This record gives sequence, C-alpha cells and structure tokens, in this order.
Amino acid sequence: MAAKPTCLLQGAGLSCIRDDRVLFEGLAFELFPGQVLLLEGKNGSGKTSLLRILCGFREPDAGQVFWRGEAINDGQYYADMAYVGHLDGVKKELTVLENLKVSLALGRSGQYSIQQALTKVHLADYDDVLVQALSAGQKRRLSLARLLITQNIVWILDEPFTSLDKQGIALIESLMSEHCANGGMIVLTSHHDIELHGVDVQRINLS
Amino acid sequence: MSLSHAFFAIIRRDLLLALRRRSEIANPLLFFILVITLFPLGIGAQPNLLQAIAPGIIWVSALLAAMLSLDSLFRSDFDDGSLEQILLSPHPASILVLAKIIAHWLVTGLPLLIIAPLLAIFLGMPAQSLGILLLTLLLGTPVLSLIGAIGVALTVGLRRGGMILSLLVLPLYVPVLIFASNAVEMAGSGLPANAQINILISILFMALVLAPWPTAAALKMSIN
Repeated sequence: MAAKPTCLLQGAGLSCIRDDRVLFEGLAFELFPGQVLLLEGKNGSGKTSLLRILCGFREPDAGQVFWRGEAINDGQYYADMAYVGHLDGVKKELTVLENLKVSLALGRSGQYSIQQALTKVHLADYDDVLVQALSAGQKRRLSLARLLITQNIVWILDEPFTSLDKQGIALIESLMSEHCANGGMIVLTSHHDIELHGVDVQRINLS
Repeated sequence: MSLSHAFFAIIRRDLLLALRRRSEIANPLLFFILVITLFPLGIGAQPNLLQAIAPGIIWVSALLAAMLSLDSLFRSDFDDGSLEQILLSPHPASILVLAKIIAHWLVTGLPLLIIAPLLAIFLGMPAQSLGILLLTLLLGTPVLSLIGAIGVALTVGLRRGGMILSLLVLPLYVPVLIFASNAVEMAGSGLPANAQINILISILFMALVLAPWPTAAALKMSIN
C-alpha cells in the first residue's frame, strides 16, 4: 500500500468577524497534494476574507493556518505559495515582459520560462506590448502566467475566471489540472462551475 | 532566487515607471523651483535679507517638495495590487521596501540636489556655503524619503490620508531642517559646520537602518 500523503495546508478552528458579523466560525480543513479546495457561498459570505487569511494578509479572529505543520508566518510558506487576487498586480505602464521579469525576480524560477508561460496563456506575441493596451481578459491571463514562471505548490486564486471568455476558462482549467497532476494544490473561489477531470475537489460552503 | 537580484529588480522597475510617468519627477522639482523663485519677488530689493534667509528658504522648499512627492511612493502599487505581490515574496519585505525608497529618492530627491546650486546663486548665497548646502541636501533628503515612507505606509490605505500624513511626518522632519539649515548658515559666515554634518550623517544611518522595518510592518497593516 502506498504511504498516505501528508497534509500540507491545514486550517484549524478559523473564525472571521467583520463589523460585529460572524462570517464563519470554527472552520477547519486539510488539503493534500493534488487537491483543490473550492470555496462557495453568497456574496459577502467571507470567501475573499478566508483567502486573505490563507495569504497571511489578515489575522484570523480565532484559529490558525498551518503549512507543513508550522504556522504560516514562521515557516517557508511564502516560498511555496502564489496568489492571484481581485487586482491583477501588474503595472500598466510596463510591458508584459517587464512585468513578468519583476515577478520572476521576486520569487524562485519555476517550471516554465517566461516565453513558455506566455505561449501557454496565449500571449506569446504580446511580450513588448504595454499592459495598458491589453484587454481585461488578457490582463487576467498575464497575471495567471505569473503562477507558471515561479516555483510554487499552493495557488490561491480569487475568482480566477473573471473577465475570461470560454476558451480562457478552459485554458485555466487545463493549467489547474496540470498543476494538481504535478502534486500542486489550489484554493480558489469561483462563481463558475469548474470542470477539472481526475482532480479531487473539496468544497466548503460558507453561506 | 537571490535577494540582491530582487532588490535591483525593484529599483529598476520603479525607475522605469518614473520614466514612463514623467510628471511624477517633474512635479516636486517644479514646486521646488517655483517656491524659491517667488521669494525674491515677495521680499523685494533687499539682497542682504535674502542672502541671510537663503539656507532656510532652500531647505524649507526641499522639505515641502519631498512631502509633496511622498504619496506616489506606494499609492499606485497599493491600487493595482503590486504591493500584495511584493509583500508575498519570500524575500524580507523590509529590504524590498528599502529598494522602493531608494528608487523614490533617485527620482524625487536627486533632481533637487542638481538644481539647488543654481537656485542658491540666484538667492545670492555666498560661494563658500554651496559645498555645505549640497552636502546637507545629499545627507538630508534621503532621510526625508526614509521617514516619510513610514508615514505613507501607515496612511496609504486611507482615502484622504494627506492631512494625517503631514501631521505624522512633519514633526520628524524638524531635526533635519534645523541641523541642515544651521550648517549652511555657519558655512556662510566662515565657521566650521562639522558638528551639524556629523549629526546629519548619524540621522541618515539611523533612518537607513531603522525606517524599513516599521514601513514594511505598516504596509502589511494597510493592505489588510
């Protein structure tokens, strides 16, 4: 029998209180390599707050998040995670290539080179274009390309499918399946139904 | 992944951004020049008075120009999410923040240094104090950027943080203003200004070592 894979990302007793409203309480989950955690819930149910807690941007009001058994602020969590949020996190006055070079310098170089990543997200011919000239969907694909050029295990994605067309959604889904097949993990929120073949998807409903 | 690589990548990025948004460099510099050229017009034909207050005029204008430029330090990174990405980097945030502050000084502080001798001559400042004026600006304006960064980091999340920023930062600028303008005054009357210069050097080193940490911590609070 194969050894049981170890749980890498773990949330224990997480609570979030905003303006005296309890968004969630006593939330616990365990995420293993190759798994996807999909957060569902109404608008304002605390999906983004939970993602920001997982990023370490926000302290949970109770509970703790562990990475490889250590609290995320102590361990080497930040070398293993990548985040794409509501904001694209790219500078509109820089070109596509310049933006990715900065992201690469901030992390560790990963599986794909910048050119390969751009080809993967169908932006290969845009490397010298200023980001302000890109469409919203292209900007989104650029910020997702960041996930490919740096070495990471957990992807934390806040509504990754916003402003993407059908093809774009299928593309990101295939990248996500590939990441999970390589032992990666994904935590995401999404209004769309995601179709990931052969991937173990855990769901947490916050409403 | 090396820290120095990330450090210089941030400096390069910010200089490139400044180059593509030229008004950001031009605004504080233009303000500096305008304020200084208005003083002789306001004071009238009293060259001795003008000469006497020249160090103060130049330093107060430099200080206000630095204040004016502060908001651009983290604003655009905060608005477009780049700041989140910088803080999520496995590298120490304080070092990356220091790179941003250095780039900001190169863009907003260094131009003041270049134009200052011309404006000093315009105000009738004696030639022997020009060297000391440049030295005080070289030591003092980085301190303005470093201390200012803490204030901006605390207020960048507020929509109208400008007033609070001035209240936070101005009192901390006062020692720099006092020692710098006093040094230039001493040099103008032919006295040694070593003591003031030494104090400015020590303030600069202290700010260089101590300012990046609270700035990084305050940025983490602001993006929450």
